[in-house]
Amino acid sequence: MATQAPAPEPSSGPKRRGPSAFAWLSLGLSALVGVAIGIGSFTFVYAKGASYMTDDPAACTNCHIMRDQYAEWTHSSHHTVAVCNDCHTPPSFVGKYLAKARNGWHHSVAFTAGGFHEPIQITAHNRAITEQRCRSCHQTIVQAIDAHAAESISCIRCHNDVGHAP
Amino acid sequence: MDASRTRRRLMLLLAAMVLAAGAAAAAAALAVNIMERKQEARNPFYRVVELTDMTEDPAIWGKNFPLQYDDYKRTVDMVHTKYGGSDGVPRAPTANDPREVTAQSRLEEDPRLKTFWAGYAFAVDFREERGHAYMLEDQTFTERQQVTKQPGTCMHCHASLYVPYKKLGEGDLIKGFEKMNQMPYAEARKLVEHPVACIDCHDPETMQLRVTRPGFLEGIRALKASQGVQNYDVNAQATRQEMRTYVCGQCHVEYYFKGPEKRLTYPWANGIKIENILTYYTENPHKDWTHAETGAPVLKAQHPEFEMYNQGIHARSGVACADCHMPYKREGALKISDHHVRSPLLNVNRACQTCHNWTEVELTQRVFTIQDRTFELRNRALDAVVALIGDMKAARAAGKTDADLKTAMELQRRAQFMVDFVEAENSMGFHAPEEAARILGIAMDLARQGQLAVRQADYTPNLFPSTTAPVKPTPREVTPPPGSAAGGSGGTGN
Repeated sequence: MATQAPAPEPSSGPKRRGPSAFAWLSLGLSALVGVAIGIGSFTFVYAKGASYMTDDPAACTNCHIMRDQYAEWTHSSHHTVAVCNDCHTPPSFVGKYLAKARNGWHHSVAFTAGGFHEPIQITAHNRAITEQRCRSCHQTIVQAIDAHAAESISCIRCHNDVGHAP
Repeated sequence: MDASRTRRRLMLLLAAMVLAAGAAAAAAALAVNIMERKQEARNPFYRVVELTDMTEDPAIWGKNFPLQYDDYKRTVDMVHTKYGGSDGVPRAPTANDPREVTAQSRLEEDPRLKTFWAGYAFAVDFREERGHAYMLEDQTFTERQQVTKQPGTCMHCHASLYVPYKKLGEGDLIKGFEKMNQMPYAEARKLVEHPVACIDCHDPETMQLRVTRPGFLEGIRALKASQGVQNYDVNAQATRQEMRTYVCGQCHVEYYFKGPEKRLTYPWANGIKIENILTYYTENPHKDWTHAETGAPVLKAQHPEFEMYNQGIHARSGVACADCHMPYKREGALKISDHHVRSPLLNVNRACQTCHNWTEVELTQRVFTIQDRTFELRNRALDAVVALIGDMKAARAAGKTDADLKTAMELQRRAQFMVDFVEAENSMGFHAPEEAARILGIAMDLARQGQLAVRQADYTPNLFPSTTAPVKPTPREVTPPPGSAAGGSGGTGN
């Protein structure tokens, strides 16, 4: 309004105005981004997000859906020598975190949205990873078996309860 | 020019704001969802009523355990599988029987059973089983009640009985059991109200499984004594996993009413295999009735699921009744046993796939293969017994006496009991396929031997357990002797 009033002042510089709409919006945006970051960080901490960067099997039971597998693992023959990640992620650093990211995404979507198959079932991709991990630890015996087999058979076809009961 | 750039920047800013707002909202929604899931994981239990050892009504227990109670009430469902269960058949209520729906008659499905049970109440009315919810109603109104006087003993497995026994025995379960056994059925019926309920399997204080049926308490004690364990107390000595079978074995067993006191007795003092049970009935002479067409003192086998299952691979592997008939399921984060007790074929996903990584179709087909084979053998065995009954009836008509038919009658008694052992068992062989086939195979042999015995007065039967020395297989050498060409035993590992 003030800018439209007759301005007798012969100033040659830009007209003085209050903060522009652009500035207000920028401020609002900053606030909103801050809120998003704040809530996001809170959610991350509340959901124990950092625990997923570790090898601690307890992290896998953050969601109660994995409790049965965890409980069975504590009774299994492998629990003194292998944690979840030893069998369910590839050995390389990149491979491991790719697998974690991939499964983390799928699990989060499934657990949040619901409507997944129960009892939960391993995917073909994850089954292949597990198979490789069996084979890398038990190389000696696996090579001896494969030497006789026309085509290799899956370890977990027979030993499906060594890590945790199915 | 300047104005349009400004507008573009504004639009961009606005879009970023919407995105940031969306992200904040999504993060908040996620946090709330995580909170809900964490809340689920807490397994909240609200004790809204106090349960005592005298709380009989399952609805009261249901206030503390609504999930389990909800499933329990679903045993009213009427569904059938290939060889069991019932969809329910409508009927016109009569004065004696006000039911509007019953299960279909097995006697109409297979009229041979009328010959099989001639002279016994089962030849009058015998129907497919319905769910637990109907156990009391279906027993109260079966036509068998009209043609015979049943004792109060029957209540042992057709009603929630822990509290009525305790009341009748003035606090003493066994005393109440003994008193009710001697009552007429109609009088005992007035003392009970519910079909099997929570208190029949659960301790009201701890919810631990508990055997409450005197028949099983005494039966398992006799069985354990035969295995060298004296004074076995099932509630103190059984493991939790064993209890998940034993509470079902309280009723799903072979039994008889012993002596004039009509004491319910499980014939397990020699063991629970069919030979052990038959030997028991020989040592403790008992007949359920005299066969109307042959005069033989015969036995009726009654749903021996516990005995049959114990001969099967699932029992051998430590799988309990409840693992398949009440499989674990998830409600929120709560892991509970499905109290909707039913055929695993109606719940293949949880009942079978927890252990067997095959498709539902594949698993169902495996079960049908076993059941179809058993059914085929069962039909042949039933034919054999009916043929024997026909021969004996004809022989009697021709003037043969009890003395002439002594051997044939013994053979009929054994063959008939063995066929009934599979016929009355509710799995059509699935609980122990090889055992069911073995029993039916021997039963056929006994029945055909009976026909020989009708024809030859001096026929020497090969009874069961076998009276001839079993042929022992020659033990194979694990390591073939040097120079031996015999190989392929598969015993040596590579």
